[in-house]
Amino acid sequence: MTIAQTFTAPDVDYAGLSPIIALTAGLVLVLLVGLAGRAQRVLVTTASLLTYAAATGLSIWQFGEGKDLVSGALRLDELGLVATLISILCAVFVIPLSWREEAADDAPGPGGHGEFQGLLLASVLGMALLAMAQNLVIFFVGLELLSVPLYVLCGSALRRQASLESGLKYLIVGSLGSATLLYGLAFIYGGSGSTDFGGIRDGIGSSLADDPLILIGIALTATGLAFKLSIAPFHQWTPDVYQGAPTPVTAFMAVATKAAAFAVFARFFEVALGPAVGDWQPALAALAAVSIVVGNVGALTQSSLKRLLGYSGIAQAGYMLVGIVAANEAGIQALFFYLAAYAFMNLAAFAVITIRERETGFGDDIRSVQGLGRERPELAWPLTIVMLALAGLPGTAGFIGKLYLIEASVAGDYTWLAVMIAVGTMISLAYYLRVIAAMWMRPAYLSDPTPETGHRVLPAMAGGSYELDELHMGTGGTRCRVIIGLTILAAAASLFFGIIPSPLVDFVSGAGESITNSLG
Amino acid sequence: MLCLPLAVALVVAAMPKRLAAPLSVGGSLVTLALSIALVVGFDSSVPGLQHTVDEAWIPDLGVRFQLGIDGISLFLVVMTALLWAASFAWSAWRTPDRAKNYFLMLGVGEFAVLGAFLAQDLLLFVLFFDLMLVPFFFLIGSYGTGDRVRATIKMMVYTLVGSLLMLVAAIATAILTADATGELSFAMADLRANVLPEGSQDWIFCFFAAAFLVKMPAFPLHGWMPDAYRSAPLPVLALLSGVLPKVAAYGFLRVALPIFPDATVQLQELVLVIGLASVLYGSVMAFTQTNVRLIAGYSSIAQLGFITLGVFSLSADGADGAVLQMVNHGLVVAPIFLIVTLLAERFGTEDLRRMGGGAVGAPVLAALFLIVTLATLAMPGSANFIGEFYILNGLFDEKTAFAVIAMAGVAMAAFYALRLYQRTMHNRLPAGAVSREMTVRDGIVLVPLVLVIVAAALYPGLILERGEASIQDKVGAVSAAREAASEDLAGSP
Repeated sequence: MTIAQTFTAPDVDYAGLSPIIALTAGLVLVLLVGLAGRAQRVLVTTASLLTYAAATGLSIWQFGEGKDLVSGALRLDELGLVATLISILCAVFVIPLSWREEAADDAPGPGGHGEFQGLLLASVLGMALLAMAQNLVIFFVGLELLSVPLYVLCGSALRRQASLESGLKYLIVGSLGSATLLYGLAFIYGGSGSTDFGGIRDGIGSSLADDPLILIGIALTATGLAFKLSIAPFHQWTPDVYQGAPTPVTAFMAVATKAAAFAVFARFFEVALGPAVGDWQPALAALAAVSIVVGNVGALTQSSLKRLLGYSGIAQAGYMLVGIVAANEAGIQALFFYLAAYAFMNLAAFAVITIRERETGFGDDIRSVQGLGRERPELAWPLTIVMLALAGLPGTAGFIGKLYLIEASVAGDYTWLAVMIAVGTMISLAYYLRVIAAMWMRPAYLSDPTPETGHRVLPAMAGGSYELDELHMGTGGTRCRVIIGLTILAAAASLFFGIIPSPLVDFVSGAGESITNSLG
Repeated sequence: MLCLPLAVALVVAAMPKRLAAPLSVGGSLVTLALSIALVVGFDSSVPGLQHTVDEAWIPDLGVRFQLGIDGISLFLVVMTALLWAASFAWSAWRTPDRAKNYFLMLGVGEFAVLGAFLAQDLLLFVLFFDLMLVPFFFLIGSYGTGDRVRATIKMMVYTLVGSLLMLVAAIATAILTADATGELSFAMADLRANVLPEGSQDWIFCFFAAAFLVKMPAFPLHGWMPDAYRSAPLPVLALLSGVLPKVAAYGFLRVALPIFPDATVQLQELVLVIGLASVLYGSVMAFTQTNVRLIAGYSSIAQLGFITLGVFSLSADGADGAVLQMVNHGLVVAPIFLIVTLLAERFGTEDLRRMGGGAVGAPVLAALFLIVTLATLAMPGSANFIGEFYILNGLFDEKTAFAVIAMAGVAMAAFYALRLYQRTMHNRLPAGAVSREMTVRDGIVLVPLVLVIVAAALYPGLILERGEASIQDKVGAVSAAREAASEDLAGSP
């Protein structure tokens, strides 16, 4: 009897795994190419774009398949694939944004372009794993693979104290969230005796619904995920980290993380904890309501656009959580429609902020967009459209998304949450409109800003100097044009899907069904 | 016809600046011609919809792109097209800075308002109702005067509070109906066919009523009005005051009465009290104000109060009068604001106390203004008189006490309208002001508007006849509910 006979290799479905394999291979490739000398930016960009293109193609190829992979640890279905595609979209959008960002720049910067893109790719890989996870271990591995690169990316603008602070803050709070989550997962494993989502479901379904072990587990898991999704009251890190991190990283973090984490949130709660729905539904409903109120009220007084979007993200996470609370197919579908729409809206908004950060001395302050309507209509229109879309005005994808969520929550007997969404939207108008008013109704802010303090506090580092940095900045004319083009595209998409939502609805409709399918 | 203003607006945005004004004016005139063609082709014996469009829009949610016109919306559509054409033309003579944006927004506004009048799907109605605000937000915020940014944000927040509650209410209606029928649909016809249980009707009705009353604005919910009116550019204000409130009053007739008949009967008196309060408050405020815009603004509150009374008298006469009055009020208030522009140009102020003698050098303007004033105070012989008469008649039959108090409002209208006319046109010219006749270009806009007022006065039957069948249909639903309610009462001593 040879070893080969006793030890049969597990059957690996390479086709199903192909998107993840493509991302992993791409990650290695990008890191290797990053070692190249002068031409590294072109090479790295090409390599990572190719990787994303391959992963997108393979995901679309696998679209519509519903099957378990790697002995049931991963579940390949549209829920996971939609979330993966949204993450890839964000990453692709962020690549041109990160050109000229000091953190990612090749020549003078300490952090090379290769590392920046590599970390981004690693994070996307983590998101793909997380979105497909069907096992507690993969769940945790995916979450960490998503988070660790982001900790580094947040702190990657080494010369800005705010960035370093943001990275450290995110690391500490994020680790706390991960630890809480892990603790919760341990309880659930202890209570149900299984790490597979299906096994947990069976365990809870038979007799354990009121088991204190399971209840503690649910509470801690929800808390951990709420940390990652910046759902109030676990949101305190969000505005600081969003403001401090380099803007392209913020853009990526704000959208892609939400897509992947909400995917696993939906899968874990509706599949594994499905039988305990009566236990977690009211708790999550309360979280959603608190998040909507805290986020919207917090955003009212912000003058930094990134902080404003951070608080608005807290509120938006609250809206999206409503889709999970509804606990029906329509809710999941609404959640993913909203996520896709949110990706377009947020990316365009952050792109405009990035451009203005480089053009003016105001950083991300609201003054940087004052008078933009007259000066740069090609930037002002997209920002106006996405602000209206975020506020959920009719004719935009944001409106359709809210419509879906409200409909799902009313159908799920949570009419009061629907009213909360409406109330939150009203409050939110006050700050979204403030941005629009600044662009169109106030004159450009002319007086010279005071130079940002904190920029020069840190000592110069090897491989460059401030003078070189400054020489390098502000010469990104052609690259800005790429960003503007993408911004206009994203804004147009959020308008288009508001008027003709059917294509996007079809795209996400499978996500709702896939939960039901994996149960049956 | 609906899409034309939008299409023109988008073309204008793409065109060079020089062409913006003529193109927009042309587009609005074509829209007007199309709407008049609708009147000519209208068959007044049919109570239902005509010229319907019905396309699937979001099949998953049961939302359809469903348009149609009936006797209630017909003349409101014409009025909208007419006032928008006037506003376009008026603005074209005084081309504002950044004209392309301005005309784009006006065009989007016309699109949204026409959409709201034509929509036959509840969700589509809500969507257009909300969309209406966006262009006005920009128009007031970018082209207004004074503390315009604050005013425009205040207006948005106020009115959207109502609108968003309405959105929730609309979705709840459809879903509750779907529970009964098994099929999700927002079509108003489907919703009417399956009336909700009374408990849910009540709160849903309240949400809808809140949206409509804020938009009107009715007395306790009018907080946004003075600021917005003070800062809006005048051609825009003519629309804001002439057309937008009508969408709200129309909403009551189109949505609230037929879809929630039981709640309407339940809450009739509450709404009547609000209407009455608006009449009295608006009238009193109108003759204590000194800013010309606010006089017209508060008089609008009073007039809209009348319209609300008419609708909620829940009698065919009252509703007939209300529809007639909606058209009349739009026709009357728009020229007032346009004339205010001229007065402000002549006197350099909008304060009534520093005006006077405007008629000295401008007999034609004075004559036009006089006609408009007399129509405002519902002089016998004007269409407004007939409208108010119908309203009071309907109200008298149903709720006598309310009608008696509302009469006071008619008397007060005479005070404030005549005061406005006298203080601006008669007396001595203040120092430094010159009384000039209006230019031919202004005349081209004003004279047709005034002629339409006169025409409506001579032949109000044009509007009443066509509205009759549809109104019977709407009020009928409520009467049935009321009879059922009174039978219940009689049956349970």
